[in-house]
Amino acid sequence: MTAVVEAPASFEAELPTGRVGLRRAMAAEWTKLWSVRSTMWTLVATGLAVVGLCALSTGTVSPSDIIDDPTRRSLIGIFLGQLIFGVLGVLVMSAEYGTGTIRATLSAVPRRPLVLTAKVLVFGVVAVVVSEILAFSAFALGQALLSAKHAVGTSAAVAQRVQQLGVKVPHNVQAVLSGGSASLGQSGVLRAVVGGGLYLAVLGLLALGLATIIRHTAGAISTFVGVVLVLPLIVQALPISISNAVARYLPANIGLVMFSTHGAPDRVGPAFSPWTGFALLVLYTVVTLGLGCWVLVRRDA
Amino acid sequence: MIEARGLSKRFGNVVAVDDLSFDVRPGTVTGFLGPNGSGKSTTMRMIMGLDSPASGSVTVLGRRYHDLPWPLREVGGLLEAKAIHPGRSARAHLLTLARSNAIARPRVDEVLELVGLTSVAGKRVGKFSLGMGQRLGIAAALLGDPGVLLFDEPVNGLDPEGIRWVRTLCKRLAGEGRTVFVSSHLMAEMALIADHLVVIGKGKLIAETSVADFVARSSRQSVKVRTPAPHQLSDAVTNAGGTVIADPDGSMTVTGLSAPEVGDLAAEMSIALHELTPVASLEDAFMELTDEAVEFRGGS
Repeated sequence: MTAVVEAPASFEAELPTGRVGLRRAMAAEWTKLWSVRSTMWTLVATGLAVVGLCALSTGTVSPSDIIDDPTRRSLIGIFLGQLIFGVLGVLVMSAEYGTGTIRATLSAVPRRPLVLTAKVLVFGVVAVVVSEILAFSAFALGQALLSAKHAVGTSAAVAQRVQQLGVKVPHNVQAVLSGGSASLGQSGVLRAVVGGGLYLAVLGLLALGLATIIRHTAGAISTFVGVVLVLPLIVQALPISISNAVARYLPANIGLVMFSTHGAPDRVGPAFSPWTGFALLVLYTVVTLGLGCWVLVRRDA
Repeated sequence: MIEARGLSKRFGNVVAVDDLSFDVRPGTVTGFLGPNGSGKSTTMRMIMGLDSPASGSVTVLGRRYHDLPWPLREVGGLLEAKAIHPGRSARAHLLTLARSNAIARPRVDEVLELVGLTSVAGKRVGKFSLGMGQRLGIAAALLGDPGVLLFDEPVNGLDPEGIRWVRTLCKRLAGEGRTVFVSSHLMAEMALIADHLVVIGKGKLIAETSVADFVARSSRQSVKVRTPAPHQLSDAVTNAGGTVIADPDGSMTVTGLSAPEVGDLAAEMSIALHELTPVASLEDAFMELTDEAVEFRGGS
């Protein structure tokens, strides 16, 4: 220690023009997403659930079974996949808090809404792409398995005759006539497959939003499971007059309509149309993320 | 340059930081000394915009952290060792930070080399020891080559060689004209690492001084005296070998003599005393606060 105070060399940091913006924040989130193994594992597990359950539900029908909606039948695995996919959505946010990484993240990008926006966009794009791939894969596999089970001969001939006569037939009869399987050209089928993928993707983002509010992995996953699995059970236990009024608002029922070609099964009761339901689901997600953003900005990291 | 003004933080009913004001200047290492639980980490978090103050403000380079255009290129912080996803590799962690602030990729390997983690760059952080975690934290702080560095207890978990390395690093960074703010609860460590000190206890500022001054003042005892005849007493004390500093409030601080000695001296000369208070030295004050912190920890 010297008594003489030396004049310190002045230090000037070299700064580029502009400032940290959405593009930088997204680049960081992209690297973050793919640099932990849990991302790939949860995606693979989601895929196994969606496609595996599809194989189980379509591969085990007997030729005499009448299938109400072959598209829905092939996409039913989405209900299992959403639970695993929701875990990934939760982890994208909650892992930051669980490990303390959030402090590094926010010191690099202190404008917190920017961090959440980057996460939503990066995970959202991944979610939509992966979910659509899974939905189309499950549909293709399911229809292949269904048509392999059905003898084509008689029903195909009848179908041709019906078409020639221009007779309008109900969807389930149509399905039987077309050999028990659906094709993307049939009415409502493409919409149902795309809708199934979108439903899965949006639920992932809903999970991310819940995790932003709740911050704890276990708590956020429980809440998510509560919303998609437990809530329907509670509603079902209510008197029919009430459950009929409420059931259509449940994410799981909206999803069921979205990946059905002609409305939900009767047990669901009155339901919204697929796109109205989807809009509602998006609204839930936006509100949840908005609340999450408010919490993120207000609370200490 | 870091400027804290009236900084306060409350957690429920507990006041963690209480009306704290201090400056941290460039070109020197400033130590942030206080017992565990005295509010050092909370203050550091407020500087980096992670916690928001209940009142008061703190700026870095004249701005709130939130308003820095390229935070990592301006401020580097080591707040907690191993606050990193255990499944991510050291390199990937630094890469995410680099990409967020448009820092060129080669810089990642450069700082890994600098902290001696090149050989484990691809390993998952979960497998790291506390010392390796500290080194990675320091690498993250240095990544953007910033002019301001905050290190919260950087020597925790380091071996003696690592501790010496941190000391040298801090001095070198300050020598380059950077602002270096290092916290510790160990006075001995601070004496070795820092030139200036900001000392806090229970969230309050105790002293803001140079290390040399701190050491000198803490080895002397002082007595606060109030009397209607200050000149007479002042002369008597000086003759008896003491030193007198007149305080702005009209009282005076005597060093070099104990309270009983000052009292006896006044009695001998029939000088009335209105106050005679032994003032604890800074070190005493610091130790007292440390003891309280220890008691508190033992009780909980």
